[in-house]
Amino acid sequence: MAVVFERPKSFCDVTLHYCPGCTHGIVHRLVCEVMDDMGIEGDTIGICPVGCSVMAYDYFNCDMIEAPHGRAPAVATGVKRTNPDKFVFTYQGDGDLAAIGTAETVHAATRGENIVVIFINNTIYGMTGGQMAPTTIPGQVTQTTPFGRDPELAGYPVRVCEMLSTLTGTALAQRVAVDSVPHIREAKKAIRKAFENQKNKKGFSIVEVLSTCPTNWGLSPLEAIKRLQDEMIPYYPLGVYKDIDAEGGDK
Amino acid sequence: MAKMTVITERCKGCGLCTSACPKNIVSLQKEKRNKKGYFFAVCTDESACIGCAMCAMMCPDCAITVEK
Amino acid sequence: MERNLMKGNEALAEAAIRAGCKCFFGYPITPQTELAAYMAKRMHKAGGVFLQAESEIAAINMVLGAASTGVRAMTSSSSPGISLKSEGISYLAGSDLPAVIINVQRGGPGLGGIQPSQADYFQATKALGHGDFHVLVFAPASVQEMVDFVVKAFDKADQYRMPAMILADGLLGQMMEPVSFPEITPCAHDKSSWAADGHKFKREHHIINSLYLSPDQLQSSVMDRFERYEKIKAEETDAELYLTDDCDILLCAFGATARVVRSAVNDARALGIKAGLFRPRTLWPFPVKEINQAAQSAKKLLSVEMSMGQMIDDIKLAINCSKPVEFFGRTGGVIPTPAEVLAEIKRIGGAE
Repeated sequence: MAVVFERPKSFCDVTLHYCPGCTHGIVHRLVCEVMDDMGIEGDTIGICPVGCSVMAYDYFNCDMIEAPHGRAPAVATGVKRTNPDKFVFTYQGDGDLAAIGTAETVHAATRGENIVVIFINNTIYGMTGGQMAPTTIPGQVTQTTPFGRDPELAGYPVRVCEMLSTLTGTALAQRVAVDSVPHIREAKKAIRKAFENQKNKKGFSIVEVLSTCPTNWGLSPLEAIKRLQDEMIPYYPLGVYKDIDAEGGDK
Repeated sequence: MAKMTVITERCKGCGLCTSACPKNIVSLQKEKRNKKGYFFAVCTDESACIGCAMCAMMCPDCAITVEK
Repeated sequence: MERNLMKGNEALAEAAIRAGCKCFFGYPITPQTELAAYMAKRMHKAGGVFLQAESEIAAINMVLGAASTGVRAMTSSSSPGISLKSEGISYLAGSDLPAVIINVQRGGPGLGGIQPSQADYFQATKALGHGDFHVLVFAPASVQEMVDFVVKAFDKADQYRMPAMILADGLLGQMMEPVSFPEITPCAHDKSSWAADGHKFKREHHIINSLYLSPDQLQSSVMDRFERYEKIKAEETDAELYLTDDCDILLCAFGATARVVRSAVNDARALGIKAGLFRPRTLWPFPVKEINQAAQSAKKLLSVEMSMGQMIDDIKLAINCSKPVEFFGRTGGVIPTPAEVLAEIKRIGGAE
């Protein structure tokens, strides 16, 4: 018998600290599979955020940098501009990328910074115990929206791919999910495309991954998957929001 | 002939693999816990495994390897 | 050696390029903007990177990214902008990364003003961000020293794996003086043991990080850093002692203020008052040994600063309050005059 599925080589052989059923591990693995498939682990520098995936530097076997909260795209810019032949990716959650780091995200995108951004949207702050995120859906109960997010009080969520797709510098803005095997396959294709874009110097590529947070949602892992499907996907529709290839070439 | 193997000490008993299996042969057993205290996943009918690796693709902890 | 007439801000930039700085990330703010403008013109030709960031915060984090890969990186700003950079500077220190940060100070607090000030002394030497750490702080008093200290700052930052700051002010930044640029061979510190520049499958992956969730590990990482600081305190202090051998009154000043004070010291000497000048070139580490030597014969000390009195605390600590230390300062962008300082010298006891 031949091995048809095993841990990617660039995925450090350690137990992840994530809660049971948290889909961070799936997305980590997809990034590693892409690094393995492209043979680029040795030429890749990853930037991790502040949040649940703060310790991702212990999981990705490429060189890693831990950025201040929200600043990963700026750190990635510094790496990429001085090492243009290297692959650079950031891995960020919704609080990191779409709240405290909004300026860094938008400006890295509009500069067409030739980097990959993996964006985990699980509609909540996980590491601090489940507070409202910029992506928390109206009505969603969190520690800081105990009666459900009220847009009158807390405003509306940010739809990141839609927003970034308006920028000329964005090469790829795609939203995927990791709630099912077909969607996971789709997510891997999107991540591969983002890295290929970087290889071909196309500019800023962001893959937004709808993910779960069973612990802070107060749901079982399987119930969390169901919430992602029933509540998140309708609010954050999957799909390609911008792809300069589909628009007929380079910017 | 195919085989899925759960690395039991990496399994956190989340059960995402059980919903992914098209043959419904992956389940969380209720007798044995791993060192971390989780009821880990098992294959209930090895002869029925088709090696599709969907359980492994769904696993957030990379705790499943599949051979075919 | 060729001498050029240059503005302080531009000399800082040229010196950085000659010191092997490969990238500059900045954000416009008065009175340091000429530095960024010069970099925008020159850096590309020198084979480096110039990028105007979206904020001071982004700029310092771009520096963090570049420095993580082992590249010499720099940013510059002025007082309010340095406050924004302080988060990143703390992370640089906590990640043991070398980088050079320029502060061309202006008056504060808040938006303050745009005229010269030295009111960021406390910030630079005591708390340039959260947590237990220090940065090397160099205080030039001429355009030539701006050049020399930038070169030194890059070298020492690399040697000790820590951020270094040039604490200048708007007066020095805007002033033109002749300068010469020494032939520079960038110091070749080997960064291959830690730089995150892609492992090429030839080594374990490198991690640049400042997070330690275990208190014991964090304590030990901070203590290691403080051991390094002790070595720096012993070896890297630098000060100029002017007419201090027989002085009755020792004036203490750094940066542009020291130029004013030097004139006042000369005027005092002409009147028969034995005045001397202690001018620290490093503010952290503070030249403790040097000031004690300078103060040997002095009966009184007078700290002159463009602030409400910040360095004076370090002076008192350094001499263990063994002699009276008086203060004269101007703030908010007002520059003290030699006549004012001379009057102060006379007032505190040199007049009779």
